[in-house]
Amino acid sequence: MSGFEFSLNGAVLTALPSGALWWAEPRVLTVSDLHLGKSERIARRGGTMLPPYEVRDTLARLEADIEATAAQTVICLGDTFDDLSAMENLPDAETQWLMRLMAGRRWIWIEGNHDPGPTAFGGTHLAELHQSPLTFRHIAAPSAKAEVSGHYHPKARLSAQGAALSRPCFLIDKQRVIMPAYGTYTGGLRTDEKVLAALMGPKALAVLTGKTAYAIPMPRA
Amino acid sequence: MSALPSSFHEWFATRGWTVHPHQQAMLDRAHDPSLLLIAPTGGGKTLAGFLPSLAELADGTHSGLHTLYISPLKALAADIRRNLRTPVDEMGLPIRIEDRTGDTSYTQRRKQRADPPHILLTTPESLALLLSYPDAPRIFAGLQRVIVDEIHALAESKRGDQLMLALSRLSAICPGLRRVGLSATVEDPAAIARFLARHPDPCEIIHADPGPAPDIAMLQTDAPPPWSGGGGRYAIGAILEQVKQHKTTLIFHNTRAQAEIFFHALWLENDESLPIGIHHGSLAREQREKVEAAMVAGQLRAIVCTGSLDLGIDWGDVDLVIQVGAPKNVKRLVQRIGRANHRYNAPSKALLVPANRFEVVECLAALEAVKAGDLDGEPRGPGPRDVLCQHILITAAAGPFDAATLFAEVTSAGAYATLSRTEFDACLDFTATGGYALRAYDRWQRLQQTDGLWHLRDPRAAAQIRMNIGTIIDSEMMKVRLKNSRGGAPLGEVEEAFAATLTKGDTFLIGGQIVRYEGLREMTVEVTRRPSDNPKVAVFSGSKFATSTQLSDRILAMFKQIDWPGLPAHTAQWLSLQREVSQLPERDRLLVETFAHDGREHLCLYGFAGRNAQQTLGLLLTQRMEELGLHPLGFLSTDYATLIWGLDPVTDPAPLFDAEAMRGGFENWLSGNAVMKRTFRSAAIIAGLIERNSPGKRKSGRQATFSSDILYDTLSKYDPDHLMLEITREEAMKGLVDFGRIEQMLRRIDGQIDHIALPRVSPLAAPLFLEVGRVPIKGAAQERILAQAAQSAMKAAGLS
Repeated sequence: MSGFEFSLNGAVLTALPSGALWWAEPRVLTVSDLHLGKSERIARRGGTMLPPYEVRDTLARLEADIEATAAQTVICLGDTFDDLSAMENLPDAETQWLMRLMAGRRWIWIEGNHDPGPTAFGGTHLAELHQSPLTFRHIAAPSAKAEVSGHYHPKARLSAQGAALSRPCFLIDKQRVIMPAYGTYTGGLRTDEKVLAALMGPKALAVLTGKTAYAIPMPRA
Repeated sequence: MSALPSSFHEWFATRGWTVHPHQQAMLDRAHDPSLLLIAPTGGGKTLAGFLPSLAELADGTHSGLHTLYISPLKALAADIRRNLRTPVDEMGLPIRIEDRTGDTSYTQRRKQRADPPHILLTTPESLALLLSYPDAPRIFAGLQRVIVDEIHALAESKRGDQLMLALSRLSAICPGLRRVGLSATVEDPAAIARFLARHPDPCEIIHADPGPAPDIAMLQTDAPPPWSGGGGRYAIGAILEQVKQHKTTLIFHNTRAQAEIFFHALWLENDESLPIGIHHGSLAREQREKVEAAMVAGQLRAIVCTGSLDLGIDWGDVDLVIQVGAPKNVKRLVQRIGRANHRYNAPSKALLVPANRFEVVECLAALEAVKAGDLDGEPRGPGPRDVLCQHILITAAAGPFDAATLFAEVTSAGAYATLSRTEFDACLDFTATGGYALRAYDRWQRLQQTDGLWHLRDPRAAAQIRMNIGTIIDSEMMKVRLKNSRGGAPLGEVEEAFAATLTKGDTFLIGGQIVRYEGLREMTVEVTRRPSDNPKVAVFSGSKFATSTQLSDRILAMFKQIDWPGLPAHTAQWLSLQREVSQLPERDRLLVETFAHDGREHLCLYGFAGRNAQQTLGLLLTQRMEELGLHPLGFLSTDYATLIWGLDPVTDPAPLFDAEAMRGGFENWLSGNAVMKRTFRSAAIIAGLIERNSPGKRKSGRQATFSSDILYDTLSKYDPDHLMLEITREEAMKGLVDFGRIEQMLRRIDGQIDHIALPRVSPLAAPLFLEVGRVPIKGAAQERILAQAAQSAMKAAGLS
């Protein structure tokens, strides 16, 4: 699996260029912040009517990652749905697609701030998951160790030859991984924001997603 | 025929004025449904527009709004209000005059809606906002005349299209409304008349005496201009000399970046400390107002400026206009020259300063065009549909509407006269349902139809529609402030993309000062004053004009001459040498030179299609070369040529220019192109697909807001025939991609390609090697840059 390999509390993990996290030994694939149904939610609340294709685009990428890794467990690390109504209003075709992906493997929904509460799709619903030696939760706990979380949608900027590139990124240090948002309709929070700077140790890395996963020192203010 | 009341004649007499013939003509035809006045600046144009209104209002019997005046500039609206007060007060006319712009206070705006003045001075955006209120019919009841000032400028932009759609609404609310347009000299007055008039009403065109021909020449300098580059630094001594000899000089530049560099260099050589200011659109409003006030007070000897001073307040004391850099467009040059000497019947004085050797040729061509009165301009094509979508939303915000009635209104605007009902319905469907192939929003439509009438599903959406009114889309800008504890003085703004390239300690030029980047705070760039020898220059995208087709044609015609007595010797010799070594480009053929230089194979093609089209041509040709395995490494474009370098020589260029293959490549290339994404973003904001980013929103909700590029990519992938992509492609044909001019060029040359293989660089190609703006081949190259940068960053941090 191409990507950036690192270890967290003894677990060997790979940050994939797609923004998913692969734990090869127990065959666990983790994705965070899918925000499925975002376009529906915005329209429902009287906002604009965005192209309603983000669910199929996100699911297509997830399907590709599941096929490439032959994952036995998939963890959705919270904010899988943009809100609970978006989950309920998911069109039939897309609901069936999601069910098809779930079939034949362990599937864990971690609760996020956008989607607190159980899903209508089966699988296991948890506030957080402990799978030794790691803990999976939606929002990083400042004092936690060996933790995999999402929520912040980190993105890193890199200036190269006068042009600035900005990419969603993993943030990685000795204690934790903060995952990029996987959903198609998601923005990002710059790594130089205070909240991220405070969570990450001084030697933290940012692993940029895209065609290839590139590691750089975490950009700070 | 409107006779002037006697008090008017007395007032003219006390001032020692007589009514100009064109002012009388405007009075005589005051009851025409549409009238267009073409007059040079300083010709009493505005008064000519208002005289019929003042005459009709003189007896004090009209109640409510009588005349609406629209100007493209807020400052102009305020200025006209002050100027109109003079005759009104001196004649004791019972007329209330007010302005209403984005700067007008909330209380004042409320008052104006409840009790409108006789004459309201406003902008296209403020008018659109007024029309979005349900009480619009009451506000505009009784309106008789609408005056559109600087209509030549509005007619070139979507602001004008929005205004004309607003007037179509007004004409429906106020039958019998008369329209008056005031325009500077233009190449095709009939086109402006069609733009102004309610289709198919007639529109009489009144021409004022154009005044004496301008006194215009090229600035003579001791040193010849450099071989390449822009900015005209070599001429600073001679320019300062001219400033000393005149009362007030306007020094125009084509780009803000060039104005900044020039102003900085000028200041270093300004030994006598002449008071000189700088003015451009990216400076803070406070800074610009200070310069304008100093100018009006006669405290400045010169202003270094850009298009931000093309329009606006009359400054009587300007006696010289200097244009630095080739003017690119004859019409704009004539209008800029008109900024000098606003006294009627005195010739305007102007000097052209070519920034490099090629521009000497271009300036001479422009001088001849001005003397011949040969102005340029491209017909604008049908009214843009993103503006129509916004108009439909504005109409819905005001109240329920019938589709057929609205269609009839819209097609009464000249630019939309050819709009089909199918096209209109597609826009209506887009505003109502999103218009997607996947019908996803049945429950959440923005507009719904009840009893045959369209209306907002959620009336609260009206507020959001009002927030997004307007067609001016700024690139994402960040404010620049001096750093101090209380939030220091605002200096101006830079593009977010430029701010992102800054690291602490970098210096850059803004408002003629060198500042040091200290950091970001909220969405503001904080800086300190810091001298430096090598400041960066903020990039202001989209401000580069392409040389017009007519001017390019003149240059090519000039190349056919046997010799060039009009050109300085250094430039004439250069052209002769080119003719000897290779050949000079011709209008109906395409000259392609190939040569090796510095270990690389080069290809130079002289398409004379303007900078944007040449840039697109560079992208398409290198893509084609990549496919053919010719290993292009990069290219560079100017208004007249594109230079491509790579590893392998091109032995037969003809297949590269196959029109069909190029069109196919264009379609492919378009989908991933950054310019397209920018074009899409503008159209999507105007059409109401995405909301404008208010600064507060960007600050609070950054995780929730995502880039419009994502929407573009998603639509291209899943709904390639969507209306927004259709609009984006249409815009790309003109504007920054300008494929239209590539098509023009291909038609012009009709397969006639002259390939000249040379042992070394040709004289005409040589200056290109000194130009900046090299474009590496994208895609693979960008990933390589990223990989290298990541590696060196890790190394520097001791992490690899």
